Amino acid sequence: MTYLAKPKFRHPDIEINELGFSHRDYEGSISTLCAGCGHDSISSAIMRACFELSLPPHRIAKLSGIGCSSKTPTYFLGQSHGFNSVHGRMPSVLTGANLANRELIYLGVSGDGDSASIGFGQFAHAIRRAVNMLYIVENNGVYGLTKGQFSATSDKGSKSKKGIDNPDSPIDLVSIAMQLGATFVARSFSGDKDQLVPLIKAGLEHQGAAFIDVISPCIAFNNHQGSTKSFDYVRAHNAELNTLDFITSQAPIGVDYPEGAAQDVRLHDGSTIRLRKLSADYDVHDRGAAMDHIYRLGRSGEIATGLIFIDDEPSDMHARLGTAKKPLNALADRDIVPGSAALAKINAGLR
Amino acid sequence: MPIESVNDFVIRFANVNGSGSASANLLFARSVMRMGVPIAPRNIFPSNIQGLPTWYEVRVTEAGHLGARGGLDMMVAMNPQTWDKDIASIDPGGYLFYDSSRPIPPSKFRDDIVVLGMPLTDIVNRTYTDPRQRQLFKNIIYVGALAALLDIAIEEVEKLIGEQFKGKDKLIAPNLKALHIGYDYARDHFACPIGLRVRRADKIGDRIFVEGNAAAGLGAVYGGATVCAWYPITPSTSLAEAFETYCKRLRVDPETAEKRYAIVQAEDELASIGMVVGAAWNGARAFTATSGPGISLMQEFLGLAYFAEIPAVLFDVQRGGPSTGMPTRTQQSDLLIAAYAAHGDTKHVLLFPRDPGEAFEFGALSFDLADRLQTPIFVMLDLDIGMNQHLCPPFQWDDARALDRGKVMTYEELESGRDFGRYLDVDGDGIPFRTYPGTHPTRGSFFTRGSTRDRYARYTEEGAPYVDNMERLLRKFDTAKTLVPPAILARAAKPTRLGVIHYGSTGPSMDEALQILSARGVHVDALRVRGFPFGPEVTDFIAGHDLVFVVEQNRDAQMRTLLMVECGIDPAQLVPVLHFDGTPITARFIAKAIAEKATSIRPPQQREVLS
Repeated sequence: MTYLAKPKFRHPDIEINELGFSHRDYEGSISTLCAGCGHDSISSAIMRACFELSLPPHRIAKLSGIGCSSKTPTYFLGQSHGFNSVHGRMPSVLTGANLANRELIYLGVSGDGDSASIGFGQFAHAIRRAVNMLYIVENNGVYGLTKGQFSATSDKGSKSKKGIDNPDSPIDLVSIAMQLGATFVARSFSGDKDQLVPLIKAGLEHQGAAFIDVISPCIAFNNHQGSTKSFDYVRAHNAELNTLDFITSQAPIGVDYPEGAAQDVRLHDGSTIRLRKLSADYDVHDRGAAMDHIYRLGRSGEIATGLIFIDDEPSDMHARLGTAKKPLNALADRDIVPGSAALAKINAGLR
Repeated sequence: MPIESVNDFVIRFANVNGSGSASANLLFARSVMRMGVPIAPRNIFPSNIQGLPTWYEVRVTEAGHLGARGGLDMMVAMNPQTWDKDIASIDPGGYLFYDSSRPIPPSKFRDDIVVLGMPLTDIVNRTYTDPRQRQLFKNIIYVGALAALLDIAIEEVEKLIGEQFKGKDKLIAPNLKALHIGYDYARDHFACPIGLRVRRADKIGDRIFVEGNAAAGLGAVYGGATVCAWYPITPSTSLAEAFETYCKRLRVDPETAEKRYAIVQAEDELASIGMVVGAAWNGARAFTATSGPGISLMQEFLGLAYFAEIPAVLFDVQRGGPSTGMPTRTQQSDLLIAAYAAHGDTKHVLLFPRDPGEAFEFGALSFDLADRLQTPIFVMLDLDIGMNQHLCPPFQWDDARALDRGKVMTYEELESGRDFGRYLDVDGDGIPFRTYPGTHPTRGSFFTRGSTRDRYARYTEEGAPYVDNMERLLRKFDTAKTLVPPAILARAAKPTRLGVIHYGSTGPSMDEALQILSARGVHVDALRVRGFPFGPEVTDFIAGHDLVFVVEQNRDAQMRTLLMVECGIDPAQLVPVLHFDGTPITARFIAKAIAEKATSIRPPQQREVLS
């Protein structure tokens, strides 16, 4: 980590978004993670995505659990309310927060220990409840903060820094999220910002349960020979399904693609993601085929990245519950306290 | 001699779970109430859906003693599985009503009770062909017979049947028919009425008859709760369900059908409290309903809510512990785990409602307290209050009352430049200001965490800010003493050095026990504690008495421990009176224990006052 604060002055030609903010307005405190940590790249990608989408930082709620990844919300979006909750329990806190105010944008940040081990259940249930959120797992296959124990996403046979082979089967959170009905599922790599930033933008725009598994090598404990979550390994086995161009309604991209090589996905705010297909016959709208595809790629030792699945008509928890459009935390007394006349009727029914 | 008693007896129904007896038994209970005579009914039920024994007890009490009495004047024995035990439980001179269709050997009876056999099975088999009808109408037939035996006006039962099946009118006539089969049979075959009788009185007034869980769920509606996250667990399940029922009635927009509430059945209790914490952090009033095992699971989040200062309301409908314990029996055994929930130094605010009336009142109040104090509030119900119907004064609401949202800094205040430190004690009461997420673009955001931080919510591992924060939390807890409902004093008829402290569902039995004791010349001042932390009235009360009995429904005298620890009381001054077999505490038990201990225990020597 560095302990030197960035100077506050700005370049006069600094890039400004629609809200008049520069990327500096999306920064947080200085990261205390190890120099070179993949998680810091993800934080940068989150800041970049929010900046490019011109999201007002204070309308984003960033929630996390416990662990290296869960520390990162401190390091981005300093004007957002943050909640560093309990180990593995971010999904329930986020669900509750979302119930209270459906108008904020919810970003859940978690790790593989937080979501695949202690919080596996909560991860699963938040996804199946269709909580409108972007849930990012910063997946390094290892417990960093406690110095190098295997996590549940470690591949079978992957070697620990101490030279031990992992004997257990891995949990693939992407496959789980697909199975549980997530309506936006992607996987990316912390070292591939060009892929990650548009995926985060699309995930933030998605009006349902969006999940991105970001392979994020642990520079300190899981970047050695024999690890299947090292920078070198991930680069060598990255099977990109597609690359994404994020097209806002203001600035359409004029690039032409050969017939059948591109697929447009329209987002909630009217913008579009244009997918350039790198894998023939891969359809991001076909859940069953996508599950089959990533399973077969996984069996052959490849890591499928890119947008894996999207449902263009997602439902969310509030739609299922039928809650009021106005956020529950903004309802006035008269909207929620029935008063003495109603109580008198209830009393009469209890005699 | 057969027992002779008018408007003062206990009748118990022994049934098989799932046989449809509950609604017939309730019909009986309500018919007594319609005679103007107060009742105190209680369910004794198994952790089972169908087949195991279940009992329903009705105390008929013109004097208005609403606690369990103990003893039994009449048994309606409808369950062969429990015959021997049921027969043995009848007081000498009491009555047995049973189904005499099958011969029962004389050795299975007692000769010191009055036996009333009625061939119920034969009658229903003769009258009905459908097996389910035979089952259900058998129950209604015995209600009819009891009306004759106990001199209950049959037209009151008829009226109740009419009300019960309003809208399903074709069910009225067959039920009335069954009722009269029983009534007529009893009149023809027994000397009606027997020694136990119900005589018309006018002792109900405007009181309502309701379960504590329903009352607490309604209290949550009036308290402005909009988020309920819960996990099913006996005996709290009906609380969340009542909240939903009342919300459907009171909180659905008639035009748009939008719901002004959200209820999530979580995957477990950890998720329940996590959702409550998330919702309350975000400015909604949120609660969960659970029982002891759920509180055990919620510990980590409760520590977070205490330390990060997030409002939360927990309704703990206590049952017999530890572990799975007695899931369908009552206890007051979660005090310590609730008061000190979570690792590290924590203390939580508890409320102790006595009955459904207070379950409603404290249920609503708890949300104001949670927002005001920014901390979890436990409403400590128990199975006896929660799952039994009790007579209590009608619910009341003052339309001028506004919800107290506590110290929340607004956009305007932030915009005006008012200093905001999330953990800054600006008023000296230990309570800082908070902001709802998303309030202001550049001011008022903060990072919520369970790790240490300074007054401006900045992460720190320094000792001094940690101590500063922990001491402020104690100041806040002191403030809570002034906000929880104060203890209520009931002075004895004569000046006395004996006191008794009690709380929660012990109240009705305690009141009756005090009368019994007073009649025997044992005078005891009583203090009913309604909240924790304890206000000065509690310490003053203890200081004003040589010996103070602490009556509770647990083994380890948990309230006594809280009093000793939090008020620094000499243990010798606090005499435990403990009832913990899972049945509700009775006046007879309390009076006996206090009468014995009052004569046998010497008060501790008065400490010399140093001045």
